[in-house]
Parts: sequence; structure tokens; C-alpha cells
Amino acid sequence: MSRVEGDRSVCAGSGNCVRIAPDLFDQDDDEGLVVVLQPEPPPERDRAARQAENNCPTGAIKVTD
Amino acid sequence: MNDMPRFPFRPQDRDPLIPPRFPFPDGIGQVELPTGQVAWLVTRHEDVRQVLRSADFSSNLTKPGFPAIRPIPPSEVSPLPGMFIRMDGADHAHFRRMLTPEFMIRHVRLLEPLIRDTVVGALDAMRASGAPADLIKWFALPVPSMVICHLLGVPYTDHGFFQERSRTMLAWATPIEAARAARDDLLGYLAKLVAAKQREGGEDLVSRLAAERVATGEMTADELIGMSMLLLVAGHETTSNMIGLSTLMLLQHPEEVRRLADKPEAIEDAVEELLRFLTIVRTGLPRVATADTEVGGQVIKAGEGVIAWLAGANHDETVFTDPDALDLSRGSHSHVAFGFGVHQCIGQPLARAELRIALEELLTRLPNLALAIDPAEVEFRDAVIFGAQRLPVTW
Ligand code: HEM
Ligand code: SF4
Repeated sequence: MSRVEGDRSVCAGSGNCVRIAPDLFDQDDDEGLVVVLQPEPPPERDRAARQAENNCPTGAIKVTD
Repeated sequence: MNDMPRFPFRPQDRDPLIPPRFPFPDGIGQVELPTGQVAWLVTRHEDVRQVLRSADFSSNLTKPGFPAIRPIPPSEVSPLPGMFIRMDGADHAHFRRMLTPEFMIRHVRLLEPLIRDTVVGALDAMRASGAPADLIKWFALPVPSMVICHLLGVPYTDHGFFQERSRTMLAWATPIEAARAARDDLLGYLAKLVAAKQREGGEDLVSRLAAERVATGEMTADELIGMSMLLLVAGHETTSNMIGLSTLMLLQHPEEVRRLADKPEAIEDAVEELLRFLTIVRTGLPRVATADTEVGGQVIKAGEGVIAWLAGANHDETVFTDPDALDLSRGSHSHVAFGFGVHQCIGQPLARAELRIALEELLTRLPNLALAIDPAEVEFRDAVIFGAQRLPVTW
């Protein structure tokens, strides 16, 4: 099972992750920065998590095995 | 030096809607800019993303070696306070973070009814004017302008003033003096607007920032003026040109439009593909290296200018199969039409919503929409942001 982390200190609030995988990521109301909704997503969402990682413009998302 | 390619590339012998091909087999090479400066042009998807994500490339145009596509007079070299698009590191983050919650997807969704009303109102006005009508003038230009003016709290009666000044300021062919005069007009207006919002308050973004950031000392009134100017400029011409060119593309691909009509939820993928294909920020994103860095097998030295050419990256065949073909169901998330790295467009959720709603309403309300001139006669705007000058249509 993979683990998903979002680093709010480098997140630029682009919202790409929320668009790609709204079940895995959100942005908080106050700062608009990444919030990981499912740190251990089910295997069928693995691809979406990796896609979000790959398209995060700042490298704030890390998916590890 | 004489045979160094000149950039921006002149339109080549092919459909101007497709970005020109570049002359570098390795995906990177040096080009001469209209200012006489020499810069590295980075064209591969991977390399463009590397440059835009790296802290070794600066967006600060006051740094020596920053590549200018058009001459910047010395008096304008220092950017306006609050214009965070030209800042790096902590300075950039300080300002950008004041805006991130404002533009996030969830908040933009609340604006959708207003966007739809604006779109429908503009279409009604165009219909009332009688066919043929110029879609750019009646639809593509006013919609984003009204949305951004609403966001900033600019009164409706001043929208025309804004549209005209920002077009003049941004057009590539505008003489420097005229561009500066237009900029000064806009700044003068925004200064008055900010002062009024500080006094009177309101529900709009400028009023909120005045109350929550200026009154608390996190930002000065001048910085709020500069930030408002940035939003206005960055959000108007870009979205207008995307609406206009997307319409033109769709009119030339009726089979793709029929597929869209059968499957309305496919509009989101269609918008992404149009963004990728057209890449309206055609001159790319300028940066200057602050440390020696290797990009695409080339060492770029500190102080050298670089242009991250988004159009090249979005037509990189190693990432997008058959990149010069429009495929509205491609469903790719990895285009860089909004840039990449910490500066990636903060307004992208708003731009996407405007484009989606504009195209949805256009296709359903005017199902017989057609170009009133030969497609070969469409003239394109020779500006930093690529767009069509006029688009006469019937319906
Ligand atoms: C289809 C329409 C649009 C396109 C293609 C577009 C494209 C871009 C690009 C490529 C950048 C990156 C600039 C750089 O890295 O140097 C950018 C930044 C920016 N855009 Fe957009 N944009 C669009 C619409 C909007 C809208 C609607 C707004 C706001 C209302 C907006 C506001 C901004 C701002 C403030 C920045 C600077 C962000 C920063 O430096 O952190 N844009 N845009
Ligand atoms: S994609 Fe990256 S930068 Fe954008 S909101 Fe998600 S974590 Fe933040």
C-alpha cells in the first residue's frame, strides 16, 4: 500500500491535485494549501495519486510504496 | 552569430493555430531576441518543467541578463510593488499566499452562477446586434473583463475603460510611450479604487485585502494596487484569447463538436486539450539563471537568460502522441499552458470555469454558429499572448 504526503511549506495552492483526485486531496479554506484526505489510498487510486504527484508544479506531493 | 535563430519565430508555412516548430534537434539552443539579447530557448517538456521548478532560475526582471522580448525602458525596470509574478522565493510566497484561498477550486465554484449570467448576457447582446457580429468584441473580450472587474469590485461603468487600456498596454506592436500611458491610466484608476475600498469596504477581493492585509500592516496600499493590476492584466487578455481561439478551433472541427454534444461531461477534457494545443502564452516564460545549471545536456551559466517555451513542451511528441492533432478526448493532465513551478497560474480554476461555461453556452445556444469569413482571412494578434484580432460569425 502506498503512502501519500503533501508538504504545505512548498505547496503553491495551484489546485492541480484537487482537480486530478478530489477524493485524495483538498485545499483548506484559510490558506488554500494542500490537505491530504487519504494518506493511504486504496490500491485502485494509486494511479491517481501518482498522477497528482507528477503534475504537482512544486513537488509538494510525495507518494511512496 | 548571424545564423542564430530569431525568437519569437515568425509564422511558418503552416496553420498559424499550431505553434511553430523549433530548429533545435537537441530541444535546446540559443536564440536572438528582438532586443538583441541572446537567450537559451528550452523546448522539451521535461526541460521546461525542470527550469520552471528550479530555484536556480529567477523571475526577477531587474536581475542582469533577464531576457526581455521587448525593450523595457530603464524607468520601468523596477516592477510595481505587489507584482509577485516577477518576484522569487519568500517575497513571492508572501504575496501569493494572500491570494491562494481566493482562487481555489471550491471558491471559484461559488462564482459560477455569476460567470454563467455574464456569458449568457454577452451572447444575448451579440444576438441583439444582428449577424454577422464580431465574436471577439461581443463575447471573448467582455466576459473575462466583466468577471475580473466583478472580482476586484470595479463598477460596471468603468469596464470599457479597463478593456481598452489593458489591450493597448499588452499589444506587442504598441509603442513604448503608448504602453506606458495606458499603464499609468490603469494605475491611477486602481489607486482611487483601493482608496475607496479602504474607506467604504465591500464584499469584493480588493475590499477584503484592504481590511485583512493592508489594515493589519501585512501589505501596503501600493502593493495592493500593484497586485490588483497584476490580476487584471493576467486574467483578461489570456482568457479572452482562449475563448476566441477555442471557438475558432471548434468551428474547424465539427466532428469533434458533435462528439461533445453527445457527451456534455467531456467539456472538461476538451478545455484541457484546447489549452494544450493553443498554448496562448506563445512567447514562453522568461527566466535568468542564478547558478550554473545543466538543462537538457547544456550548461546554462549564472546570469544567462532562458526562455521556457511552453508551446514546445505542449507539442513534445514524447509526451503527447501526434501533438499537432486536436484530440478533445485526449484527457491529459500534464500540459504546461498555465506554467509550472511556484508561479503556475493562480487563476487557473477561474480561467477553466470561464472557458468551460463560455463554450457550453455558445455550443448549446448557437448550434448553427459559423465563421462569416474564410478561415484563411482570420488575422492573429501579434502580442505576447496569442489571439485572433476579429472573428466575424453568423448563427
Ligand atoms: C486561459 C487563461 C490563462 C492562461 C493561459 C494563463 C497563463 C499563465 C501562466 C503561463 C502563468 C505563469 C507565469 C510565469 O511563471 O512567469 C500565469 C501566472 C499568473 N496568472 Fe494566469 N493565465 C490565465 C488566466 C488567468 C486568470 C483568469 C487570472 C486571475 C484572475 C490569472 C492570474 C495569474 C497570476 C496572478 C499569475 C502570477 C502567479 C505567480 O507568479 O505566482 N491568470 N498565468
Ligand atoms: S498540486 Fe501541488 S502545489 Fe498544487 S495544490 Fe496540490 S500540492 Fe499544492
